[in-house]
Amino acid sequence: MMTIMAIPTTQILFYIAASVALLSALLTVTRYNAVHALLYLVITMLAISLIFFLLGASFAAALQIIVYAGAIIVLFIFVTMMLHQGDVTIKQESQLFRPGRSIGAGILSLILFFETMFLLSPLYDLSQAGVSTAVSQVSVISTKTIGVNVIGAKEIGLTLFGPYLLLVEIAALLLLTALIGAFHLGRRHQEVTI
Amino acid sequence: MITEGSLFFFSIALFCIGVFGVLVRRNLLFILISIEIMLNAVAVLFVAASSIHNNSDGQIMYLLILTLAASEVAVGLGLVIQMYRRSKTLDVDQLSSMKG
Repeated sequence: MMTIMAIPTTQILFYIAASVALLSALLTVTRYNAVHALLYLVITMLAISLIFFLLGASFAAALQIIVYAGAIIVLFIFVTMMLHQGDVTIKQESQLFRPGRSIGAGILSLILFFETMFLLSPLYDLSQAGVSTAVSQVSVISTKTIGVNVIGAKEIGLTLFGPYLLLVEIAALLLLTALIGAFHLGRRHQEVTI
Repeated sequence: MITEGSLFFFSIALFCIGVFGVLVRRNLLFILISIEIMLNAVAVLFVAASSIHNNSDGQIMYLLILTLAASEVAVGLGLVIQMYRRSKTLDVDQLSSMKG
């Protein structure tokens, strides 16, 4: 049973997790040291996992930790450890990326952000754009709350191996292709200078 | 309770941080990391939709995104290692030998 206290707690936890995720994502893309960036990326993944859990998607939250924080980040860290040469790499990186020169890109992504927010705001009329009114409009200022509908692993498994069986086969094929591709790319070729 | 609007806001903001990273970094490894952030932003939107509509289709799409991200990272990091072996740097501007 949900107590009265539980309602604001979910909201507060969501805002904290979202702020942590956004802040650490911003720190990830601005670090010189690849290892620091990856550690911030792990924090982003964990915060997103917490948001999944708050949304009632506990299976997705577990997968987020196992696959993203556990497998993908480890791959990144292995490659970084192979290529990292300490201060030399950091000095090189600080010449490749200068925060002062990134203002243009920052303005461009801010424009993209505000444009998407405008498209989702009620200021933008969908019927004006020729979209039939049968499509219900989503809105960024929607205050409709999301009920915690817990969708467990059983329900996902039934859907995955029922109507979406073909998707499992396609995913298997995709992983096999990636395996062969990564194996081929990782081989040592004769030295070709570019 | 979490509102729909705040989730959309979060997802769009995370996606734009990823776009910013791709635009601003010249190191191939950081570009891959930024792509991961963008994929995560979309995954948040799918799981949120699954929760809003109370069915599991969104989480199936999340599983597919996870598969895609794993394959993308495997191939992308293979390319990173190959690039480092050949040109001893990860600066994408150095990859100009195919310039006409």
